[in-house]
Amino acid sequence: MNFLAKVFIYPVNSLILADLVERFGHKPLTMMNQIREKVTNISLDSPPINITPEDPKLGLRYAAVEVPAGVRGRMALIGPLIEETEAAIIVENPPTNFGCVGCNRTNELMKYLIRSKGVPVLEVKYPETDEEARDFVNRIAAFLESLPEEKSEENEKGEEKEPAEKEDEK
Amino acid sequence: MTEIKKEEITKYIVISSDKVLPADAAMKIYESEFPVTVKETCFGLIVTGPKEDVTAVVENIRQLDKNHIFVKDRGFPAGDERRCRASRGGGPRPGFHFLREEVQMLPAIGAALDELEANESVKKKQGEKCRLKVSDLEKIIEAELSR
Repeated sequence: MNFLAKVFIYPVNSLILADLVERFGHKPLTMMNQIREKVTNISLDSPPINITPEDPKLGLRYAAVEVPAGVRGRMALIGPLIEETEAAIIVENPPTNFGCVGCNRTNELMKYLIRSKGVPVLEVKYPETDEEARDFVNRIAAFLESLPEEKSEENEKGEEKEPAEKEDEK
Repeated sequence: MTEIKKEEITKYIVISSDKVLPADAAMKIYESEFPVTVKETCFGLIVTGPKEDVTAVVENIRQLDKNHIFVKDRGFPAGDERRCRASRGGGPRPGFHFLREEVQMLPAIGAALDELEANESVKKKQGEKCRLKVSDLEKIIEAELSR
């Protein structure tokens, strides 16, 4: 299946956001895929020993050494996602934010990096009523439909041919 | 020579439908004979298997009630000892709390998706009304001329 754009979602493990992004034909960048690589790779041990010496180094690209180790550890997983993101949906005040995504400093850093990256960002409030849910879905749908389509190889070839034809006409 | 293992993925299928129960969805998967592992849960299903098979299964299940069945990836395989409650002494597994909060919101999200779909179909119909086919125009002209 060809996806149009890679969309970063916050909260990074949200069911609703991941589903909506996939439903409208884009690829959600989620924490779960990063975790899968860590826990199903046979060369790594089970948690909490599934961090390789490379991970803290990767985390250091996003957070300095004075920053709590947990932020760097989390950024080692989330940072690569942010780098490949082409658009983002950020949901404000999600109902629960604890466990693996409960680190506020990581969340702040993550949102800051996304906003400063210059990609299209949609910021919406987590819905609590039916009316808000309707508005939430409509805004996300409009945002996802407005994202630029990734050019397929055929289209690119077609576009390359067009200028040549125009030159011939001249 | 070592055998290359196919990439295995796991997906949650969260069912918030009035028409489809998790048991119905599980039966549908058993009938489809895809080589996937299915675990039935209180909110839906967890499906583990080769990537292509899981993707196909999930798409089939989603079509049962597409606006009220939600899907997301999962890192750990179904029944993984590191997450399964059976080996951790009970209690909700890590990651369940946020899912439970989101599941409460799914009926409203499903209704919003229904409405969005209905609005789109109305727009399409309106768009079709505006266009007049050449063949139809010819018929109208012929009808006018034959008067």
